[in-house]
Amino acid sequence: MALDLNHIRNQFPILSTKVGKYPLVYFDNGATSQKPRVVIDAINRYYEQENANIHRGVHHLSQVSTDNYEKARRTIQEHLNAPHEHEIIFTKGTTDGINLIAESFGKLLTDGDEILITEMEHHSNIVPWQMLVERKGLTLRYIPMTNLGELDFSQLETLINEKTRLIAITHISNALGTINPIEDIIKKGHAVGAKVLIDAAQSLQHMRVDVQQLDCDFLVFSGHKVFGPTGVGILYGKEKLLNEMPPYQGGGDMIKTVSMSGTTYNELPHKFEAGTPNIIGGIGLGVAIEWLSGFNFEDIQQHETDLLEYATDALSKIDGIKIYGEAENKSSVISFLIEGTHPYDIGTLLNQQGIAVRTGHHCTQPIMEFFDIPGTIRASFSFYNTKEEIDQFIKALEKAIQMLR
Amino acid sequence: MMNIAEKEEALIDSFSIYDDWMDKYEYIIELGKDLPLISPDHKKDDNIIKGCQSTVWLHAEMKDGKVSFTADADAIIAKGIIAILIDVLSDEEPDTIVNAKLEFIKEIGLQQHLSPTRSNGLVAMVKQMKRYALALKMTA
Repeated sequence: MALDLNHIRNQFPILSTKVGKYPLVYFDNGATSQKPRVVIDAINRYYEQENANIHRGVHHLSQVSTDNYEKARRTIQEHLNAPHEHEIIFTKGTTDGINLIAESFGKLLTDGDEILITEMEHHSNIVPWQMLVERKGLTLRYIPMTNLGELDFSQLETLINEKTRLIAITHISNALGTINPIEDIIKKGHAVGAKVLIDAAQSLQHMRVDVQQLDCDFLVFSGHKVFGPTGVGILYGKEKLLNEMPPYQGGGDMIKTVSMSGTTYNELPHKFEAGTPNIIGGIGLGVAIEWLSGFNFEDIQQHETDLLEYATDALSKIDGIKIYGEAENKSSVISFLIEGTHPYDIGTLLNQQGIAVRTGHHCTQPIMEFFDIPGTIRASFSFYNTKEEIDQFIKALEKAIQMLR
Repeated sequence: MMNIAEKEEALIDSFSIYDDWMDKYEYIIELGKDLPLISPDHKKDDNIIKGCQSTVWLHAEMKDGKVSFTADADAIIAKGIIAILIDVLSDEEPDTIVNAKLEFIKEIGLQQHLSPTRSNGLVAMVKQMKRYALALKMTA
């Protein structure tokens, strides 16, 4: 069954706003997604009627807040098909989740151990590992990339070896749209005893991800990219592994007992959730995931594939265009450059015509280095986008090119 | 020869002809395309303005007690913006440049219509031009 786009779009107040005199065309979904009415209402309701700190008070509001926050955790657990709700850790976002693992799981690593990432990672899945490797004298290796923007597995047999303790890999490249074959990587990693972390920041808004089916050890994502609030995210980790790992930050909520002579730590998930969390962020994310769960993901994927093909076809007809990221298995993201123009100029003139795209290196400088370019223009679609919007985008792009050449 | 105030007024007039910001951008792009070429010797890393997202080269030298600016940029809108600043500030005495308020930027609405990164770039350009003027005054 096809998606009812009018009905979906009507749930997003921002999609009917204007930029100057032009209707907003929002193609920067890779950076953040817009929020449906249910999420906005949940945030308002919380602050108007439910605000209290959680896991602490005996009073009514604290109970309501705690119940809603823990309900959100269960919603997310069900959506990911995680075996236990205490395997769902609330974080500040993908970056925070990766840093937690680098810091805490990193403490279990010793001299000579290897960490494997890829050439197409976001800076947030590169820098925490570079910092860890420097601190602990470990080795960081990279799976290389081909000109199409796919991972090059020709040297995989040596890259994944008995010294590999962790493989951290993005599910979908934010700059190129490449969908990586993470199932294979997870199997190959497990075969040598390595743990595998999936950066799902770019995938959860497009597809259903089942952590038991994947058998990944860790999975991280950000709330704001899946129609939820900013400043909240999720780290899923296997129970046994999370229990073996030391706490990340110290403070309230993560302790069992504190005395002058020492502290005993709380159990999962609280062990990794020090301090008052982003309560409304967690509740809002739960509402967003519940809303998203109501859709048939096959319909979402069909529509997004249509958008990707439609936009790729239209863009390919533009003189002097070069698309970066031509993987066979690709998400609804198009990175491109127009010969003889600068991406910032194109982005500026698109913005003047109501089109929101991202320009720059997209926090993936190694990819830009690989292609020897300063950056790209990136259009990234969500399932609330339409072919009519792509028509407007192409028209605006043609106008921009004509002005710049 | 116009003074700074007259040059600013002339720019405000030129921009006021256009209602639509797309047309104003078209004008900025034309100004960028018309900017005289910088000498290749001056297109060196030392002359790149820090704080601009696109690469902008700026060179300054003293001619008969006045500062003369030349520039180039890899993005045409950035080049148009530096062309506007050169139009106003070039061939002025160092003190005049250092003290210039450049109210025309606000008047035209340039800053609000630039993205945050571009707006930072504009600020960086003005700072660098004033810095050059000050340095040239010291060594003059």
